[in-house]
Order: sequence, then structure tokens, then C-alpha cells
Amino acid sequence: MIAIVDYGVGNLFSLCASLKKIGAEAIVTRDPEVLTKADKIILPGVGAFGDAMDKLESTGLVPHIKKLAAEGKPFMGICLGMQLLFDRSFEFGEKQGLGFIKGSVCALADDIPTTLKVPHMGWNALDIVAPDEPLLKYVKQGECVYYVHSFYAKDCDESVAAYSEYSTRVPGIVRQGNVCGCQFHPEKSGETGLNILRAFAEV
Amino acid sequence: MVTKRIIPCLDVRDGMVVKGKNFLGIREIADPVELARFYNDSGADELVFYDITASAEGRGLFTDVLERVAREVFIPLTVGGSINTVADFDRVLKCGADKVSVNSGAIRNPQLITDGAKRYGSQCVVLSMDIKRVDGQFRLFAKGGREDTGIDAIEWARQGIARGAGELVVNSIDTDGVRGGFDIELLEKICAFSTVPVIASGGAGNMEHFLDLFKKIPNIDAGLAASIFHLKEVAINDLKKYLSENGIEMRLKYDR
Repeated sequence: MIAIVDYGVGNLFSLCASLKKIGAEAIVTRDPEVLTKADKIILPGVGAFGDAMDKLESTGLVPHIKKLAAEGKPFMGICLGMQLLFDRSFEFGEKQGLGFIKGSVCALADDIPTTLKVPHMGWNALDIVAPDEPLLKYVKQGECVYYVHSFYAKDCDESVAAYSEYSTRVPGIVRQGNVCGCQFHPEKSGETGLNILRAFAEV
Repeated sequence: MVTKRIIPCLDVRDGMVVKGKNFLGIREIADPVELARFYNDSGADELVFYDITASAEGRGLFTDVLERVAREVFIPLTVGGSINTVADFDRVLKCGADKVSVNSGAIRNPQLITDGAKRYGSQCVVLSMDIKRVDGQFRLFAKGGREDTGIDAIEWARQGIARGAGELVVNSIDTDGVRGGFDIELLEKICAFSTVPVIASGGAGNMEHFLDLFKKIPNIDAGLAASIFHLKEVAINDLKKYLSENGIEMRLKYDR
């Protein structure tokens, strides 16, 4: 069973529907016991980093989530949920993240030409740099996934499994041991996205 | 880099998609879930649903349709038609929509754009505009293109972005239904200043019209059409292959 952490950010309709579509059992929860019993955990998220981190902290689940991740439970962050896995973010001032993966979350606008639009929104190809990445078991080089974000992970090269090019190299999939994350929305990335979720469900 | 998007637009009335008239002049309708699945399989990058029912009963049917589509099709879904309040945003987002398109509701109350953007983020708010040339000016029309608002459409687009719209749909009434190609003059004008993605709508009659659009306006993001897709005059996978072969970056299907 996959537990989706419920901390009051974002709309989980599509994520739940896509997991159901691939035949994975999923539950949206903020119950620590359910998280402990779950085989895997997904941390979703949209919105601003600081606000989301505050909400996550206010559930009181952070120490528990850290413990479960440290014990080796497969853990995936999606979009803002992926950004929360890093040490810190600079969205509206510096804010600490969960610190599962080394790196910082910074504004795309500071690193790309002004001619490029922010948010980075739309379908972009995956450039796979870690072919053994379990999430990419069913995905080929160059397949496209759907992004919507204005901030991106930096200084985390050793953890990146796949990038997308947007004048700078945007980490699309990151991993540190049992903890992984997708900057894009697998639940909105067609067949490719469903295959990434399927691979996570099978880990 | 981000690929150009091809977007079919589905008008939903009383729970069914109105496909337009076929070559015999007979009005065709289709099941929205079936059609959405068909477009997903043929490589559509996004789907736009417009609720063209006026009744409250029809609105219930629409959200029901939307929810059924969102359980089956996992690409971005944009929803418009009868969006007048933040509560309307909430109603369609809960049923699986990713973006909400505002048009007449935003003309009546421009604050709707700001309120929607504050609550759900700019990426969620699409400003859809029906535009027609009147007295040498690009004029904004309301109520499905029936009412001249007297507002300068270019200025309206600028304001919409400033208020927090995350995307613009530019529908040219002059080229709509003519099938002589997109309104390049109008689109160029808006793309010249837009800091958010722009979707071209109105006028597509064949594959060459899409190529012309993407070649002439390199920073346009997407082309939207309805009847040419619904009536199977242009197949989306053929269109994307054709555009890709002509140097336009596209998301193509992968053989598995």
C-alpha cells in the first residue's frame, strides 16, 4: 500500500486516480501509524516552499517521516514535494527543507535568459543520466514529461537521475538511496508518467 | 526545451461533446470520455473542455463528465465556460481539472483573475479572450463572441498578465471557422510582450496552418483547434509527426 501524505496542500485527485489506474492501492493520510504500515510513501505538493514546509511541520509528522525514510522505506516527492526533500530553498527567503538530499532549491528566473518563460511549463524531454534508476525502468531516453514550476534543485548533480533542458539543466528525477523525487508531475505525464508511478509501485 | 503543444478543444453540452457539423451538415455529438481517451492515445498534449450548457442541471452533468475524464486520462486538463467566482474554480479543480479558463466572468469582474491566481497559483489561471477587429482596433468580445465590450483587447491581455493570469488563449473571431489559418497578425502582437504562454485559437484548417503558426511566431506555445480534429480531417499524431519533420519540437509517441 502507498501512503500519500495529507498535509493540506494541493489537489490529490489526479495522483490518486493515476495510482488507481496502474492498480496500486493508495491512501491519503496524516495518521503516523498508517504511514508506518505503508510499503511506500509519496509526498505531494504544489504552491510555495515555505508555506508547504510550515504546513507539513504543523502536522507534527516531520520527525516520523524522517525516521521512516532513514529506516529505508521507499519515499517519493512530487513537484514541490520533491523540492522539500532538499536541504533548503530560497523561495521568499531561505527556508530549511527535510534534508534527505543534498542541494538547494533556487529561482529558475535567476539562471535562464529573460526570453524564456517562467514557470517552466509544458512537456519537456528527459535526458537520462542514471540508466539504472528504478523509476525509469519503463522509460526511454527522450520521453517527455509535464512540468509546472518556477524553482528548481541546484548543486545536487550526484543525486540526479534525469535532467530536462531549459537553457539550464533542470533536475527532473533525483535519488538518494530509498528517497527519490520527480520535479514534473507523473500523474499528468501521460503513459510515461504512469510508467514512472508503476515502477515506483513495484520497487 | 519545452515542446510546442497541440490542444483539441471539446465543447460539452448536456454531458455530450458537440463536434460541429459534418460535411453533410448534420450535427455530430460524441461521448466526452471516449473522445478524451481517443485524443490522449493519438498524442494530444492537453485537453480543453468548455461547458456550453447554461442550466444548473447541465453544470452538474459537466462536472460529472470532467471527473470521469480525469479518472481515465492523465494529461493536463483545462476547463472553461461559466467560471464566474472562485467557488467555480474550486468546483472544477476538485473534479480533476488542472487549469481554469476565465473569459466573460473576468471581463465582468477582473478581480476574478487575481483571486484565482492568489488562491491556486498563476499556473492555474488561463485568460481566454475572444478578439475581433473593429474600427482598426483589436476589440475584446464577451459572451462567446457575441458582445462587443469596447475594450482594447491588447490592453486587456496586458492587464490580465499583470493581474496574475498564467496563460493566454487568443481566439480570433475574424479567422474562426474560416479555416484559412491562424490570425498571425493578432498573435504576433500579443506574443511580442507576453511573459506567459500563449495559445493560438481560431482558423486552423489543415496541417500547414500549424506549421505556419510555429514558424512565423517562434515564441508561441500551442495551437488549439476543435472541428478539424473532431471531424477527423487532421489526425493529431500525423500533425505532430509532420511538424516534427519540419523542425518544430514536439512530444512524439514512443514505441514500447
